[in-house]
This record gives sequence, structure tokens and C-alpha cells, in this order.
Amino acid sequence: MKHFDVIIIGAGVTGAAIARQLSRYSIKTAIIEKETDVSFGTSKANSGIIHAGFHSPPGMLKTELCIKGNRSFDILKEELGFSFERRGELVVAFNDEELQILKNLYAQGIKNRVHYLELIGTARLREMEPNLSEDIIGALYAPTAGIVEPYEYCFSLIENARQNGVAMFVNEKVAVIAKQLFGNFVIETDSGLKVSARFIVNAAGLHADEIASLAGITSFAITPRKGEEYLLDRRVGNLVTRIIFPVPTKDSKGMLVIPTVEGTVMVGPTAENINEKDNFSTTREGLRCVFENAKKMIPGIRLHDVITSFSGLRPVATGDDFIIGTTSVQGFINAAGIQSPGLTASPAIAQHVEDILVKEGLSLKVKSSWNPKRTPFIKLRHSIATRDYAGYIKNTAGNPGYNKLVCRCENITEAEVTEAVSRGHTTLDGIKFATRAGMGRCQGSFCTYRVLKLLEQQTGIPIEKITKKGGGSEIIKFPMGKGAPHE
Amino acid sequence: MNNNINVAIIGGGPAGLAAACTLYEQGICDVHIFEREHVLGGVLFQCIHNGFGIHHFKEELTGPEYAERYIQKVNKTDTFVHTDTAVIDLYRENEALTLVLLGSKEGLQVFTARAVILAMGCRERNRGNINIPGSRPAGIMTAGFAQRMVNLEGYLPGKEIIILGSGDIGLIMARRLSLEGVNVQGVVEIQPFPGGLTRNIVQCLNDFHIPLYLSHTISNIFGKQRIDSVEITAIDNQLEPDTKNRFTLPCDTLLLSVGLVPENELSVKAGVILDEATRGPVVDANCMTTVPGIFACGNVLHVHDIVDYVSEEAARAARTAAQFVNKSLTDKDGIRMLAGNLVRYMLPTKVYTGKPTIVSLRPITPVEDIVLYAKRNGEIVYKKKYQKILPSSMIQFELPALSGIEPVEVFFAGEET
Ligand SMILES: Cc1cc2nc3c(=O)[nH]c(=O)nc-3n(C[C@H](O)[C@H](O)[C@H](O)COP(=O)(O)OP(=O)(O)OC[C@H]3O[C@@H](n4cnc5c(N)ncnc54)[C@H](O)[C@@H]3O)c2cc1C
Ligand SMILES: Cc1cc2nc3c(=O)[nH]c(=O)nc-3n(C[C@H](O)[C@H](O)[C@H](O)COP(=O)(O)OP(=O)(O)OC[C@H]3O[C@@H](n4cnc5c(N)ncnc54)[C@H](O)[C@@H]3O)c2cc1C
Repeated sequence: MKHFDVIIIGAGVTGAAIARQLSRYSIKTAIIEKETDVSFGTSKANSGIIHAGFHSPPGMLKTELCIKGNRSFDILKEELGFSFERRGELVVAFNDEELQILKNLYAQGIKNRVHYLELIGTARLREMEPNLSEDIIGALYAPTAGIVEPYEYCFSLIENARQNGVAMFVNEKVAVIAKQLFGNFVIETDSGLKVSARFIVNAAGLHADEIASLAGITSFAITPRKGEEYLLDRRVGNLVTRIIFPVPTKDSKGMLVIPTVEGTVMVGPTAENINEKDNFSTTREGLRCVFENAKKMIPGIRLHDVITSFSGLRPVATGDDFIIGTTSVQGFINAAGIQSPGLTASPAIAQHVEDILVKEGLSLKVKSSWNPKRTPFIKLRHSIATRDYAGYIKNTAGNPGYNKLVCRCENITEAEVTEAVSRGHTTLDGIKFATRAGMGRCQGSFCTYRVLKLLEQQTGIPIEKITKKGGGSEIIKFPMGKGAPHE
Repeated sequence: MNNNINVAIIGGGPAGLAAACTLYEQGICDVHIFEREHVLGGVLFQCIHNGFGIHHFKEELTGPEYAERYIQKVNKTDTFVHTDTAVIDLYRENEALTLVLLGSKEGLQVFTARAVILAMGCRERNRGNINIPGSRPAGIMTAGFAQRMVNLEGYLPGKEIIILGSGDIGLIMARRLSLEGVNVQGVVEIQPFPGGLTRNIVQCLNDFHIPLYLSHTISNIFGKQRIDSVEITAIDNQLEPDTKNRFTLPCDTLLLSVGLVPENELSVKAGVILDEATRGPVVDANCMTTVPGIFACGNVLHVHDIVDYVSEEAARAARTAAQFVNKSLTDKDGIRMLAGNLVRYMLPTKVYTGKPTIVSLRPITPVEDIVLYAKRNGEIVYKKKYQKILPSSMIQFELPALSGIEPVEVFFAGEET
């Protein structure tokens, strides 16, 4: 049985940030994930906003970690090479009552020590965002807010962690947690993998309550809160430059209009408490609701620009705050209930968990070999955006894969797909999130077969066995002439 | 190699091939076809059914046979053919039309051309475009993707199939998959009338006893990993779902045949203005877009149901493109064309004095016993009676040569007495 100093359960953004944080020390760390790829839970289905930190009151853990997390992103971007842009957030008000809410949010933000917050009037607002509704009478502006592609950020954390020696197990669902006589945990997965560890960090997102209860901890429960989001064609990508919020409600920050770093626009999310942790459906009602709200702020938004939709489940814990810390079981540490702004907070959560581990007796020494840099992908679409074609020719010389187009909508090349496979992505969705092949307006009609072929060539998995997102989600079921369905 | 070329044709489908042939006949040299696929022929290569070429060749060919005739013709010309070469950018720089190419052999190259013919075809609308609620499992794909899998790559998508949308590709696939032993449970169509050609309803559904649910839509998708069933709801005459009238059908695959969209991302980059109704470029009688020197034809201009018309349109576009490079295209101040009653779209938007023009249009809904009029200042300049008009069948007519500048209105109405 392999032994680790720390085992992290769950490879969402929380687990990934912790893994990367611990990867700099000369300890043995592993991360275990039940899905086929990392970031396949809530961390791939969210708004991608690096929040400024005025939405929640001072004193809450999520507020403190949001503010700290936000400030880490410039360095992380530098080191890991994911796309991150500080576009700024605008909360808009339609009447005096809402203006008053903005003033309260402003005061709260100042207490939280959010930098550069401003209340702004309509003249400036129009200049900043010409497509905003005429009915808006003022806004709260937080220039420190940013946007990322959440899975790209998560993948980059994991890749860098693995580069620095963190062990990774995918397709392994933790089923049993036992504590041995001498204090070590033994973790067993449903496929029979057994590993032991001195510390467990529970970063299992929606299932963190179940993981805790495997260790005998029943102090909290996780309730899913569903959010539906709708993605619009890049044709309307210039509708907004900043993230546009309505005034918040009790349960959520409201339904937003969000520019993405990839030049598209997203609208959503809804916020609905549900019972099932595996209900990712989108609904007619959700669509109606999101568009009604978005149109109120940006009248130019049109339903027929939707190219796809998804929903994510926020893991809301009893008490509505993050649950991070030691438990009644020594060595078992929670990083649970990481609802919004969990993406923003993730770097600070990682630091916080490190501090707890040290307090609990783990000694950490920085490895001399630690390399904080991850090599980013060479992206054709970036050269097209800047028309830097000479640069592209220079950077890709010697690899003909960069001259073969796989995805026509997002301009993804064969070399990018090959690179994604070599970084561990073996499902269609994994390739999609790692490269954007299939994420554009045709939604994979053109590239799916090309990606399947490349996956087959590189992994040896026959096409009919390649899945969208793991077991049971095969894309094309039957090779012709080999039996089915005539049999 | 000299990167300043005469004419660039983007796309080597039937439109691009016919354009190349005509340019050659017109004596234009230094013509280049750029095709991102490994072979020429466009979407025809996966259309292994027959029914192509009835108008043009007066015989029934399969898609690949039709393409082959044009490919052989092109091979006899001095056209430069670049396959495995995608055009990834198109823009105007100091008046020059600039194309950026990504070719698997030549790598990334920048070309300039005196004229460009857009022949990029179209793409299929997908689930996101029509917002079907529900889960997001594997097993949902466009009919054209399934067609490619079955006809070119040798894979069947599933065993129990439901098709949403009664466009031609969906109908053809219903028959194709039935022949392979797949159980096609039905075709679901939101409109009260089919989206595809009547001959395809008869030959692909009726002959195989496949039910067609008109005025129905798919209102929910179930299944976690792979799709396992869909909910089908009847639609009332306001196009609103009738929630009392719904049922669930099991399936392992859902094919979408819910329309095609001209592929104009490159055109937009070059500054070409698109028409809201066709989603293709706005063109004049010369098939020229709003950017001088850029012409369009085939499915990139508007979605055609018959390939023969694609070839003809491409020949017309190439003829005027030839005049453009020879600097003999001198038309100015055209006559505006206005789409009137029951016309969903019509092109061109402008015709020129003294020249007869082929006009293409589609009606909004099916109507029987109706007359198509082209009128100017209250005077009929063209008129034709139709027993039946259908949105699925494009109508073309030749508008006679006109003088003056007053606009022409084209519309459907009852017989004037
Ligand atoms: C609609 C929506 C919008 C949001 N927008 C924002 C935003 O704009 N900004 C922001 O900061 N935050 C946002 N959030 C919140 C953010 O997405 C989450 O806080 C964050 O993704 C949580 O990450 P996590 O790693 O804790 O959970 P997850 O990403 O769910 O990761 C948990 C992982 O644990 C794995 N796991 C579970 N059980 C087991 C087991 N038994 N064995 C092994 N592995 C297991 C899961 O498969 C999963 O991969 C949003 C959330 C939603 C739903
Ligand atoms: C399933 C189906 C069934 C049909 N059945 C019939 C029938 O029975 N009878 C009939 O007469 N007609 C039929 N048609 C219609 C006919 O096939 C089409 O109208 C015709 O193929 C359109 O020709 P095109 O050249 O405009 O487009 P396409 O055939 O789509 O060709 C466009 C070409 O451009 C290339 N291209 C696009 N963008 C780029 C770029 N950026 N760089 C390089 N290359 C690019 C594409 O790869 C493609 O090869 C059918 C069509 C389909 C899809």
C-alpha cells in the first residue's frame, strides 16, 4: 500500500489549489478524484468570476478568503499561464431603493478592504458600457474583479502540482476511510485501490458531507443550489467589457452578464435549492428567467445567440459559510461547503489549509527542485486575435501538428489536442475543456470525429469506447460490420 | 511562391468547383481553391443517396458522382487546388483582400487576392441554438454528423433513434439508419408542415413506416451518461407547448435536423454585411457582397435544397467576378428589390438596368393556389401561378431586364382579376 503524508479527496479547484500549494514542499501528496478527469464537478460549471469581495459581510471566512484569493491571481497567471483579465464588476441600480443597496454594498466593501471601489453615475457608466439599459441610474464599480476560464485555471494548477511530484488518481471514488492504530488513515476506493495517509483533506465539493461521514464526522450537510448558465456566440462578444450584476438577493448575487476571456458572453446563473446532487438539467423556466434579467440590464441580448447551456451545483453547507478546519477526527481536515466565491478564494483556501496542516504538526520544507512555472499551450486563436502570424510561424516551427485545423469554430489545431492528451485528458469533454475544441458555435459537429481519431491514435482506446465524460457516455456506439445492431 | 493571386475561392464544394470552372471558361488565370478537407466535393461526399443533378445533368446521380463530374472538370483547368488548407482569416488591408491560410503541407501563409469568392457552405444548427431543456448526456448529435459517421467512417451512432426536425438531412438519415437495422422511432417536427422536400417524406419516412409527429417538439432530455429517453410535447397554433399533451419515448440517440446556418464568420471578419433572414451576405445581382471584390454563392449565401442551383449560382458569381478582375464590371445605382407578402427571404437585394436577373426566394408558409408577382409602380413585370408553395422548396425566376430606378416588389397574392 502506498503511503502519503497528505491525501486530498476531490480534484476540483479547491483540491487542485491545495495540491499545487503543497507541491512545493518535500512531502508526499496525492489527490484522488472519482471522475475521469479533474475539474469535472462544480469547478467546470460556474461563472468564472474572480470576485472583488464586497458581496458578503466582514467576519465570514468566505469574505476574508475571497479578498485574499483575488489578490493572488496576478502572480498565479504569471506562473501558470492561464488567461485572466481584471475586467471589473459593475452592480447596476434601476431605482432609488437599489441605489441605497449599492451604498450599503459600497460600505461593506470598504470594511472588507476591497480596493478602488467607486459609486459611479450614468455619464461615466454609459461611456464604460454603451450597451447598458437607459433605465439604469447608477452603479457600484469594482475594478479589481476579474475573469478566468475556471477549468483552464484548475487544469493548470493540477498540471503544475503533478509536475512537482503530486500523485494523481482519477476514476477512483473514495468509498471507505479507516483510521489505523498508529494514527494513519487508510482510504479505499470502490475499485479497490488502497492508500494510506497521515492527513486527509476533504475537498469533495457536493459530496464533502458524505466523505466526512465516512470518517465519522456528521457535523454538517451539503445542499446543492443549482445555477443555470447560457453561453452566447462570440459574434456578440463585445456587448459588455465588464461583468454586469443586478443588485444581489438574499441567496445569490443575481443573474449576471459576464464577458469571458475567450471573447464570448455568458448569462446566468439562476439560484435554486434542489435535493439531488446529480441533477444538472437546464429548464425552460431557467432560460426564461436568465434572459428576462439579462435583457433588463443589456437590452441587446438575444435568445438566438445562445450556443449552449449548462448548469452547476453550488455545494452549500449548513451555516452558509465555508467549512475549513480540523475536525473531531485528528488529521482529517475539511475544505468543504466551498460555494461561491470558491473559485476566487481557492488560492487563499490552499494557504489556509497549509497553515492548519502545519499547526497540526506537518513539517514543511520547500524543495529546491520546485518549479512554479507551467508551460502554456500555443494557441492559434491567440495569433488570429492579434494577427501576429509571423510570431505563430516562428513559435510552431518544426511541429506540423500546428498546421492542421481540428476545430473550425475555435481554431484549435491538432498539436493542441495532442498536447492535451499528453497532459492526461482522455475524454471528449476533457479535450474540450483543455483546448476548446467543440466549444464553439457548431458544438462539435465538425471536430468530434477528428478528436476521436486523435484520441484513438494516441491512447489506443478504440473510437467506440471513447467517452464524453467517463463510463457509459460513449459517443458513437457501434463500428459497422462488427455485429450490432443486426446481430 | 508569389503570394499575390488573382482570384481566391474559399471552399471546394459544388459552389467552389463550379466557380472555378466558369472562371477558367472566362479566361481568368491564377485562380486558387482553398479547401480545408482532404478532398474536394464539400458536403456531397457524405450524401451517398441519389437525387443530385436532375436539372443540370438530366440524370439522377449520387452526391459523390455529382461532385466527381465537377472535380474532373476542374482538374482539366489550370486552377491551383489547395486541399487540407483552411482559410482562417480574411480582411482588407490597404484595399487588398488578404487571406490567411493554414495548410498541413505549406503551414501558415498570407495571400492577397484581387477577388474572393466565398463558397464555404453552411453548418447545422445544434441543441444549444434551439435550447432544448434537460440533461446533457452523450448521444445527442446533428444528423449531418451522424451521416458522416455512417457513410464515410463506418460507425452507427446507436440502435434506438429519434430525430428532431424534418429537414432533408434528418429524413435521409431516417431511411439510411433504417436500412442499417436501426430502430427509428419517429421524426418530431415543431411546425405543422414538414421541413424537407415532399419526395423525401414519401421515400424516407412513409416507405419505412416511420411516424412523423408534426406540431410536436422535444421538451426534455433524460439520461445521465448516455441519453435514455426524451419527452415529446404537442405544440398549439401559437407555437406554445400544450403541457397536457405529452409523452415520453425511450432512445439511445437523438439526431438533430433543425436547420442549417450559412458559415459566414470569415465574411464578417472582412466587413461583409449579412442579411438577417438568410444569414448569408447581402448581395446584388452580380452576387457581389457589400465589400467590393468579394462575391458569394452556394450555401454560404443562402441554404439551397438542390445542388444544381448551387452550381448555377456559382457560375453566375464567377462570371461577374471575372468581369471584376477584368475591370469591366461597371454597374452603378441599381434597382432595389423588396420582399413583400409571404416572402421569407429574397435575393439579390439590388438588380441593374438592362440586365435580366435570376431571383431566388422562399415563402414563409405552405400555401395552395397562389400567384407570385413582381410589381413596379403598380405594373406587373413578372407573374407566375403556383399550385403549391412550400418553405422547403426554393423558388427561382428570371426577372426581365428593366430600366429606371424605381424599386420592384416581389410578393404572393391571389389571382388578380
Ligand atoms: C453556477 C455557479 C456559478 C459560480 N460562479 C462563481 C464565480 O463566478 N466565482 C467564484 O469564485 N465562484 C463561483 N462559483 C463557486 C465555485 O464554482 C465553487 O466554489 C468551486 O468550484 C468549488 O470547488 P470544489 O473544488 O470545492 O468543488 P468541486 O469542483 O465540486 O470538486 C469536488 C470534487 O470532488 C470529487 N469527489 C466527490 N466525491 C468524491 C469521492 N467520493 N471520491 C473522490 N472524489 C470525489 C468530485 O468529483 C469533484 O471533482 C459558482 C458556482 C456555481 C454552481
Ligand atoms: C444531407 C444532405 C442531403 C442533400 N441532398 C440533396 C439532394 O438529394 N439533391 C440535391 O440536389 N441537393 C442535396 N443537398 C444539397 C447540396 O448538397 C448542397 O446544397 C451543396 O452541397 C452546397 O454546396 P456548397 O459548395 O455551397 O457547400 P458545401 O458542399 O458545404 O461546400 C463548402 C466547402 O467549403 C469548405 N470550407 C468552408 N469553410 C472553409 C474555410 N474557411 N477554408 C477552407 N475551406 C472551407 C468546406 O470544407 C466544404 O468543403 C443535400 C445536402 C445535404 C447536407
